Amino acid sequence: MEVDREDGRSQNQLRPLACSRNNLHRAHGSASWSQGDTKVLAAVYGPKAGTKKNENPEKACIEVIWKPKTGQIGKLEKEYEMILKRTLQSICILTVNPNTTTSVIIQVANDDGALLPSAINAACMALVDAGIPTRHLAVSICCCVARSGLVVLDPTKLEEQKMKAFAYLVFPNSVHSVLPEGSPSGQGEPIQNGIITSVTHGIMSVDDYFYCLERGRAASTKLSDFLRKNLQQQSTDSSKAG
Amino acid sequence: MGLPNASGDLSTEVELDAFRRLFPLRFFEKHLLESIRPDARPLGRARDTTLSLGAVASANGSANAKIGSTTMLAAIKMEVMTPSLETPDEGCIAIDFHMPPIVRPGRPAEAAPVVAKQLSDTILSSGMINLKELSLVSGKAAWMAYLDIYCLYADGALFDAALLAAVAAFSYLEIPVVSLNDDGKIVLSEEQGLSDREPVNKEKRKVNLGSIPFSLTCILHKNYILADPTAEEESIMETSVTVVLDSSSQLVSLYKPGGPVLAYTSAIQDCIALTRQRVMELQMILEEAISGMEVD
Repeated sequence: MEVDREDGRSQNQLRPLACSRNNLHRAHGSASWSQGDTKVLAAVYGPKAGTKKNENPEKACIEVIWKPKTGQIGKLEKEYEMILKRTLQSICILTVNPNTTTSVIIQVANDDGALLPSAINAACMALVDAGIPTRHLAVSICCCVARSGLVVLDPTKLEEQKMKAFAYLVFPNSVHSVLPEGSPSGQGEPIQNGIITSVTHGIMSVDDYFYCLERGRAASTKLSDFLRKNLQQQSTDSSKAG
Repeated sequence: MGLPNASGDLSTEVELDAFRRLFPLRFFEKHLLESIRPDARPLGRARDTTLSLGAVASANGSANAKIGSTTMLAAIKMEVMTPSLETPDEGCIAIDFHMPPIVRPGRPAEAAPVVAKQLSDTILSSGMINLKELSLVSGKAAWMAYLDIYCLYADGALFDAALLAAVAAFSYLEIPVVSLNDDGKIVLSEEQGLSDREPVNKEKRKVNLGSIPFSLTCILHKNYILADPTAEEESIMETSVTVVLDSSSQLVSLYKPGGPVLAYTSAIQDCIALTRQRVMELQMILEEAISGMEVD
């Protein structure tokens, strides 16, 4: 059973990825991430002194501001801010700079499906650009379940609306993914099998969801490789310039 | 520090409270080692749940749900409106969640818009209500249902209690009788058939519910899974997973918004198994509440 996708991609094929860092010169770190036509800009300012009222002063605090492309800020934006904040809190090492606030600003340039995953990827790249200490990075992917039960990766906006259900998944990008196949992992399951965040829309069966997780994991290794190459390339470029 | 001794020595009690405040994580971990929680619940059990239907007499449908101390009041008001051009024979549902100052005075809570959006997504995508049932006259009139959920006491698991209250309110919804008046507009019928106009929807007074969604929030901490957290547990162990299953065991939503603990496949399977049990409990509670109202 094959699923016909309008842009001719296969089931597991991602859209062309493009990423660039250090776009905004005033921000401490910035990145722009695009997956096909979906484009998101992320900027990081910080760490700044002081935390907000409700936050724990013994840890660093992350503040996220989500700016939509058009329209006013509503509940959707607040939800995305909360999800992004909790995801970034889990990858940053919060005890290094206690009682500080790091602001992450996300500006949506274009939304053509898989918006939240693109934003998470952009935010991670911006954190690296700003030099915020992180435990590992996060790679995020969107998986759709078609009516026939097939799982399709990285849908466009039209595909998201037509499909039965979709899930935004965020996996950690750990150093283990570069180790050769034969090496044993420390605990029962390797770290990149865990999910940091999962947000689903629409009804799917429980087996469909686990199938999405498998496909998402496989795609996240491809995304991790892309991130690694991108970061290594830019760091060698800047060392040549300096 | 051991568990409090039975004689209720005041000095031990004072130290216990101080320990709970100063080292909350260690306090909880000592309990988790014995597979129990400070309120003497086993790890997988949810708090006592009660439902009372028809709490608000002036609303078309209402329910009051309590899970432990978390209390939610849901009320539905129906209004006739003109359906949009793209969907001429579908009604509409507007869902909103409020955390009024009675819960926490001061600035509006950050959690309120997030829970509102989650609820709205879950209820609309679960297929519980078929919007075509809310239609009156195709293209001219349809029902708009305003569902408002008020949090009266927040003690953890807000989404679970709110979803339960919303579902109960829909199952106890009575659609008002309407008829066509001389101008061709739909108006509410007068009482006891005083008017001699034919009611438009005499037969259809209740909404047929499709598969009903029920949810359970679990907290992940190291290798432990705690079902139905209180507010204290949620603030200390920050990783929560909310699973929404419907009565035919389909997954409506699996929501894990970040958090320091990663969820492996085994943990997700355990959460889903706990949710399945909880769905059966909640179904029984809902049926008892409905049959209780019908006897009256």
